Amino acid sequence: MLEQGFVSAAAIAASVLFILSLGGLSNQEKAKRAVWYGIVGMTVAVFFTALGPGIGGYWWLIPMMLIGAGIGAYVAGKVEMTEMPQLVAALHSFVGLAAVLVAWSADLERRRVMAARAAEASLDQFSAFAALVATKAPDELMFLQVEVVLGIFIGAVTFTGSVIAFGKLAGKVDGKPRQLPGGHMLNAGAAVLSLLLAILYLNGAGFWTLIVLAALAFFIGYHLIMGIGGADMPVVVSMLNSYSGWAAAAIGFTLSNDLLIVTGALVGSSGAILSYIMCKAMNRNFINVILGGFGGSQGPAAEIEGEQVAIDAGGVASALNDADSVIIVPGYGMAVAQAQTAVSDLVRKLRAAGKTVRFGIHPVAGRLPGHMNVLLAEAKVPYDIVLEMDEINDDFATTDVVIVIGSNDIVNPAAEEDPNSPIAGMPVLKVWEAKQVFVSKRGQGTGYSGIENPLFFKENTRMFYGDARDSLNTLLPLID
Amino acid sequence: MKIGAPKESARGEARVALTPESAKQIQKLGHECLVETGAGLAAGFNDDTYRDAGVTVVEGADALWRDAEVVIKVREPSDEEAERLREGQTLIAFFWPAQNEALLEKCKAQGATVIAMDMVPRISRAQKMDALSSMANIAGYRAVIEAGNNFGRFFTGQVTAAGKVPPAKVLVIGAGVAGLAAIGTATSLGAVVRAFDVRPEVSEQIESMGAEFLFLDFEDSQDGSESGGYASPSSPEFREKQLACFREQAPDVDIVITTALIPGKPAPKLWLEDMVAAMKPGSVIIDLAAEKGGNCDLTKPDERVVSDNGVVVIGYTDFPSRMATQSSLLYATNIRHMLTDLTPEKDGVINHNMEDDVIRGATVTHQGEITFPPPPPKVKAIGASKPKKKEKEPTPEEKKAAELAAFKAQTKRQVSLLAVGGVLMLLLGQVAPASFMQHFIVFVLACFIGFQVIWKVSHSLHTPLMAVTNAISGIIILGAILQIGSGSAVVSVLAAISVLIASINIVGGFLVTRRMLAMFQKS
Repeated sequence: MLEQGFVSAAAIAASVLFILSLGGLSNQEKAKRAVWYGIVGMTVAVFFTALGPGIGGYWWLIPMMLIGAGIGAYVAGKVEMTEMPQLVAALHSFVGLAAVLVAWSADLERRRVMAARAAEASLDQFSAFAALVATKAPDELMFLQVEVVLGIFIGAVTFTGSVIAFGKLAGKVDGKPRQLPGGHMLNAGAAVLSLLLAILYLNGAGFWTLIVLAALAFFIGYHLIMGIGGADMPVVVSMLNSYSGWAAAAIGFTLSNDLLIVTGALVGSSGAILSYIMCKAMNRNFINVILGGFGGSQGPAAEIEGEQVAIDAGGVASALNDADSVIIVPGYGMAVAQAQTAVSDLVRKLRAAGKTVRFGIHPVAGRLPGHMNVLLAEAKVPYDIVLEMDEINDDFATTDVVIVIGSNDIVNPAAEEDPNSPIAGMPVLKVWEAKQVFVSKRGQGTGYSGIENPLFFKENTRMFYGDARDSLNTLLPLID
Repeated sequence: MKIGAPKESARGEARVALTPESAKQIQKLGHECLVETGAGLAAGFNDDTYRDAGVTVVEGADALWRDAEVVIKVREPSDEEAERLREGQTLIAFFWPAQNEALLEKCKAQGATVIAMDMVPRISRAQKMDALSSMANIAGYRAVIEAGNNFGRFFTGQVTAAGKVPPAKVLVIGAGVAGLAAIGTATSLGAVVRAFDVRPEVSEQIESMGAEFLFLDFEDSQDGSESGGYASPSSPEFREKQLACFREQAPDVDIVITTALIPGKPAPKLWLEDMVAAMKPGSVIIDLAAEKGGNCDLTKPDERVVSDNGVVVIGYTDFPSRMATQSSLLYATNIRHMLTDLTPEKDGVINHNMEDDVIRGATVTHQGEITFPPPPPKVKAIGASKPKKKEKEPTPEEKKAAELAAFKAQTKRQVSLLAVGGVLMLLLGQVAPASFMQHFIVFVLACFIGFQVIWKVSHSLHTPLMAVTNAISGIIILGAILQIGSGSAVVSVLAAISVLIASINIVGGFLVTRRMLAMFQKS
C-alpha cells in the first residue's frame, strides 16, 4: 500500500499530464505526442489510486478493468471513421452511467455510516470510501448529499441523452426532431419534480428518492435529445461531452477527490467551448439549439427564380480539366456515401495535373466537430490543404471550380442574402462567388433545415445528381 | 420588295448599308436587293462581289431611288435625297430626328416612312439591331488606334536592353459601349487603364474589362437604369468633384479618351483648358464626342489640334467610317435584323407593325404623320439594379473610438461578471464547509485552465479532442476504485460495473484517438 502523499503526488502529475495532453492538440504533429501524455496521465492516476490506502476489492477490480480494456480496444480497432460520431456518443453514455452508479454507491455508503453512527457502533469497521465518510462532520455530509444529487442528475441526463444521440447518429433512431405531446413543458415538469425530490432527499427521505430522481433525469435526457436532430448533432455531442465532464467533477466533490474534479472541469470546459464554437458557426444561441429545431422564420422566404440545371460527369470533367484552382466543400452527405476515398483519388489526380486543390470545411459540417477533417485524413488527404471557413472564404472569388459534395445549408447564400431565411446571419462558405460550382447531391430535396437553397438555382451552378461515391467514380477516369 | 442601298452622298463617308453577305440573308426573306454602282467601293466591296451575291447593280442614284421600295442608308438623307423620297417608300438610316426637325418635316411631306436606326429602343430583344452600339464599339476601338498613331511611345511597359519603357496610362471618360471598347483595346495593348463614369453601377463592367474604376464618393450618384441605361446631366456639386478628380489625373495620364454624351444635349465639357495645360507634352486626347461639341475645350470637330504645350487633341467625327469595312459589315447586319423584324412571314412583304415596341420606337414618320418622339417602351430597358453600396472605410479616429468603446464594454462585462461571481462565492463560503471550499478552488482553477487550453485547439482536431476528453472523462473510474473495496456488497457490485464501463471508455477513447491522429498526414 502506498501512502496518501504518494497518491496526491500522482494526482498532481496526472493533472499536469492531462492539461498538456489537451493543450497539445493545437496542431497535428504535437497532437501525436499529446495523446501519449493523456495515456501516461491516466495510467499514473489509476495505478496510484488503486494502490492507495484503503482500497481493496482487487478481485473485482482487476478482472473488470481487463474486460473493459479488452472491449474498449476491440471497439476502437474496429470502428469505421464515418462511425466516429456514434462511438463518441456511446462513450459519453458510459461516463454518465458510471457517474450515476458511483453517486448511488456514495449515498449507500453514507447511509451505512449514518446508521452506524446512530447505533453508536464503532466506525473503524468501515473500509474504502465509507471510511472517509466516517470522518466527515455533519455539515460536510449535508454537502455530500447535494453533490450526490448533482452527480446523479447530470450523469443520468448524460446517459440517456448519449444513448439517444448514439441511436440517432447510428441511424437506429429516427434522426428527425421528435417530441412527446407537451414538448418542453414535460421537461420543465420533470425538472421541477426532480428539484422536489432533491429537497425531500436532503431532508432525510429514503434511498428511493435517488432512484426516482435518476429516472426523471433519464427521461429528461431522452426527451431533450429526441427533440434535436440532424445538423444540430455536433452541438448535441459536444454538449454531452461537456456534461460528462461536469458529472465527473460532481463525483469528484462527492468523493473529495481533486484529480476527479480537475479532470472533470477540464473535460466540461472543453465540451462547453466546442458547443459554443458550433453554435457560433450556425449563428444560433445555445438555448435555441437545445430547445430544438430551427426557430420560426420572421417572414416569407424570398422567392427563388431560375431552375436547377443538371450536368453529367463529362461536363464536370471538362470543367475540371480546364480549371487551375479547385475547392472542394464536403458535408455530411460525403460521410453517408462513404465517398471520402473517391474524393481523395480525385484530389490526387488533380494535384498531379498541377492544379491547386483545397478543401473548405465549415465548422458544423458533418455530425461531430471536426468530423470532415478526420474522414479526409483517413482517406489520406494531406491536412495542409484542408482549410477552415475563415481561411478560405475570401478565396472563392478567385477560384475556377468549386465542388460541393453532400453539403447544403453550409453553402446556402440565403444566409447572407435573405433576411427572412431561418438561417439568416449564419456564416456560410461563399461558394457561389467562384466561376463555376458543381453540386454533387442525391436528388432535389432540401437540407436538414428544410430550406430551399438558392445556390442550386444560380447561373454558375450545375447539379451533378447521384450518389456521391458513384458520381465521383464515374468522374475519375474522365480526368486527364 | 426591292431593297436598295445608294452610294452615301455625305463627304468622306465610306460606309455602305448593304454588304454582299447581308444581301444574301435579305434575299432569304423574300426581298430583292439593289445597290448603286460603286456604293461599296470605299468599304472594300466592288460591284462584282455584289453581283455574285445576287444583287442587282443599278447605274446612278436616280435609278436606285426610283426602283427601290425600301432605301437603306447609313447617314441621314441630304435635302436632295429627301426630295427623291416618295409616298409609300421606306427609308432606313441614321436620322437623328431630334436634331433634324426640318428634315423630318420634309420626309413627312413626301409621305415616306422613315425608320431611324438611332432610335431603336435599348431592350434586349433589339440588341441585334442596335446600330449605335455597333458603331460605338468601332469608335472606341479606333480611338485607341488613333491615339497610338499620334502617341510617340509604346502602350505596354517593357524592360529591354536599351532601357526601361513605362506603360502608357490611359484615362477613359464615360464607360458606355465606346468607352468599354476603348478600355478593352487599350488594356489588350498593355496600357494601364483608368476609367470614369457618372453611373456607379458600371464599375463592375469597367473592372471586368481590366480597368481601374475611379470611384467618386458622392451621395446622390446617378442610377442609369432610370434613363434607359444612358447618362443624364449631373448636379453642379457633382460636376465640381468630378472635375477635381480629372484635374488630379491630368498630369499623370498620357492618353485621354472622352466618350461622354448625354442623349439630346450638347456634350458636357469635362476636360478643360487647364487640364490640357497640365498634361505632359506628347500626350494625346481623343474626343469621341466631337460631333456634339466635344468633351474637351480645345476640340475642333474633324480636326487634329496641337495645344501650346504639345498635347494632340483629336476631334475626328468619322471613326466608324475610318474602318469602313468593319463598320459596314456590322451596320448591314443591324439593318438586316431590322428587315427581318419587318418581314415576320419571310415572304418579301414588309409588315410595318406599329404595335411592336422596337419598330414603333424606331419609326419617326409613317403614313404622312410624324411619330416622333415614341411613347415609352412597354418593356423597361434595364432591370433596376440596386447599386452596390461601397462600405465606408472608418477613419482612424472612428476606428480608435470603436476599439475603445469595445474595450470599455468588455471591461464592464468582465468586471460585473467577476463581481457577481465573487458575491456568489462569498455566499457559498457562508454555508459550505471549509473542505468543500478547498475543492471548489481547485475546480474553478481547473475550469479556467480548461478554457485557456481548449481555445488553442485547432479546428481540424476537434474530433480527436472529443475522443481524448472522452477517454479522460473515464477518470470517473477513480470514483469506482475508491468504492470497490466497500464492505457493502451492493456498493461493490455497482462500483465493479462502473469500473468495467469506465475502462471501456478509457482504452477505447485513447486508442481511437491514436488511430485518428496517425491518419493526419502532411502533403
